[in-house]
Amino acid sequence: MTSPLEQKKIRIAGPSVVTANRTWDGVVIYRTSQHGWSSDLSDAAVIRTSDEARALLAESVADDVGAIGAYIAPVEIKDSGKIKPGNLREHIRLQGVTIELPVPA
Amino acid sequence: MYAYDELDRTLINERVSEFRDQVKRRLSGELTEDEFKMLRLQNGVYLQLHAYMFRVAIPYGTLSSKQLRRLAHVARRYDRGYGHFTTRQNIQFNWIKLAELPDALADLADVGIHAMQTSGNNTRNVTSDQWAGVAPGEIADPRIWSELIRQYTTLHPEFSFLPRKFKFAITASAHDRAAIKVHDIGLRLYKNAEGETGFEVLVGGGLGRTPFIGKTIKPFVHGRDLLSYVEAILRVYNQYGRRDNIYKARIKILVHELGIEKFAQEVEDEWQQMRATDTALTLDDAMIEDIRSRFSYPAYEKLPHMPDELKKAAHDAHFEAWRKNSVAPHKVSGYAIVTLSLKPVGGPPGDATADQMDAVADLADKYSFGEIRVGHEQNLALPHVARRDLPALWKALDKIDLATPNVNLITDIIACPGLDYCSLANARSIPIAQELTRRFANHDTANLIGRLHINISGCINACGHHHVGHIGILGVEKNGEEFYQITIGGRADENAEVGTLIGPAVPYGEVADVIEDIVEAYLALRAQPDELFVDTVKRLGVEPFRERVYATR
Repeated sequence: MTSPLEQKKIRIAGPSVVTANRTWDGVVIYRTSQHGWSSDLSDAAVIRTSDEARALLAESVADDVGAIGAYIAPVEIKDSGKIKPGNLREHIRLQGVTIELPVPA
Repeated sequence: MYAYDELDRTLINERVSEFRDQVKRRLSGELTEDEFKMLRLQNGVYLQLHAYMFRVAIPYGTLSSKQLRRLAHVARRYDRGYGHFTTRQNIQFNWIKLAELPDALADLADVGIHAMQTSGNNTRNVTSDQWAGVAPGEIADPRIWSELIRQYTTLHPEFSFLPRKFKFAITASAHDRAAIKVHDIGLRLYKNAEGETGFEVLVGGGLGRTPFIGKTIKPFVHGRDLLSYVEAILRVYNQYGRRDNIYKARIKILVHELGIEKFAQEVEDEWQQMRATDTALTLDDAMIEDIRSRFSYPAYEKLPHMPDELKKAAHDAHFEAWRKNSVAPHKVSGYAIVTLSLKPVGGPPGDATADQMDAVADLADKYSFGEIRVGHEQNLALPHVARRDLPALWKALDKIDLATPNVNLITDIIACPGLDYCSLANARSIPIAQELTRRFANHDTANLIGRLHINISGCINACGHHHVGHIGILGVEKNGEEFYQITIGGRADENAEVGTLIGPAVPYGEVADVIEDIVEAYLALRAQPDELFVDTVKRLGVEPFRERVYATR
């Protein structure tokens, strides 16, 4: 799960989304095709080319007030069309920790 | 306990006001994230996977019951009802909202707690022996010197804009519980042949990507000269330390590249110049005494070493199992130091719920003069417990799941938060620790194995100190999968060593089996039952263990 924090070259190998954390509370969010943010991955704009990725990332980073640390993350598109995280790191960001919390939510 | 004066309180409160304004400006867009990042880091605020993480300093690991209750309040009010005690005597809250952080900081400031020096390229929380002031045979209380360094370096420009973060640790005991040899500067307080109290100064220790054991730069520095000497070290570091490459910016790299002799000479030249130009601060006895006087010590009673309560409880095997591993001798007869394991079977190492923190605060008031300690092994301690109270304390701890009798045993695992929380991690740490605690949950087995420290880090930054674990486990990524490198033979005490890699990394699902193989090999190979795991590795090297692990893999 190489950290995407040092993502410099924008090159995508498959369907991807732009994700970040919401500035005021840190919640995981995804860039939507409506130029906004959603905490629901199914709302995310899916990008498939490096040009699309570059454009969506630039738009996301420009929203410095709403989001922090935007980067491109891989996703899988299931046959049903459902968007799934493309690696364990993103799975954990979406679903939460893989352990039982000391105090159940 | 150390009592803050008006200056300390003013500084902390001003810092809260300043940060409140900074957060307000960030949320309004007046400050960009680039502008804000350093400001939030200077107040212990990181961005992790799911949320902001708030790291709070517990200088030299000492807390009052009032302060612990306030930490519980922060966990409950602003987070998700628990906190994580770290390997550097801090506590971290993992789910905090930026908008609420100024209020959390203000609530902490009310009881003299802050988040200064918990992040950024400055001097970090000065750590010390968690048994400071109560350990038998200690030369003097090292926290006095920790506090002096804390005060001197806080906001001091020479210590605030360094090439990289900078960590001090201090011990005053022959047995090093503060891991001073793996810190940027390690200080060992001792008395020289003339009976003067001073420090052996070590420099250039550290873990992370490039682990080094610290080297002695000066065998003896008198206490009055300590601050000027460490300032000379920092001046040389500021002058020559690399700022162009984050991976080569720590002082350990500079010491390694210059060589300890050359580095020591540079520091000596700088120090002598400071002395010649009257810019070297010399502490007079009154200054030291002023700090010393603000540490309060309990009014101990004269109590028997073996009270009736203890004799009676000795018949209870469960109590005895706990006592043997959790209770340590105290400098005052009739008292004991009690370690509270934050490593329950199947639990995340170092986590404590708000309810547990409140309960420990109550127990500290009842049995430990209202004082609690936090150790780098991610456990708590009650430093002043009358031995007659041990049975009652044990029962009370058992009710809140803090009497696991595994201190210093194989399930007393040190682990970083790993990929479950951390944005830098490559692999998970906590589930590995949980599986190992289940695998070795049988107390008789753990006792048979004896003292064995497992340390787990989820990435090469080594927050779980895996390099110095008797068994170290490092999470790495291979083609998108979690793998783990295993080292053995590391240790963080006065004989500190970096562990040796035993072979190729193993997948997530095999880690517990591999550790079990290593332990079985050790039990078969040890010369006698009391030969510790690290001593067996030292005697035989890693080859027999490597053979055992990889023969069938």
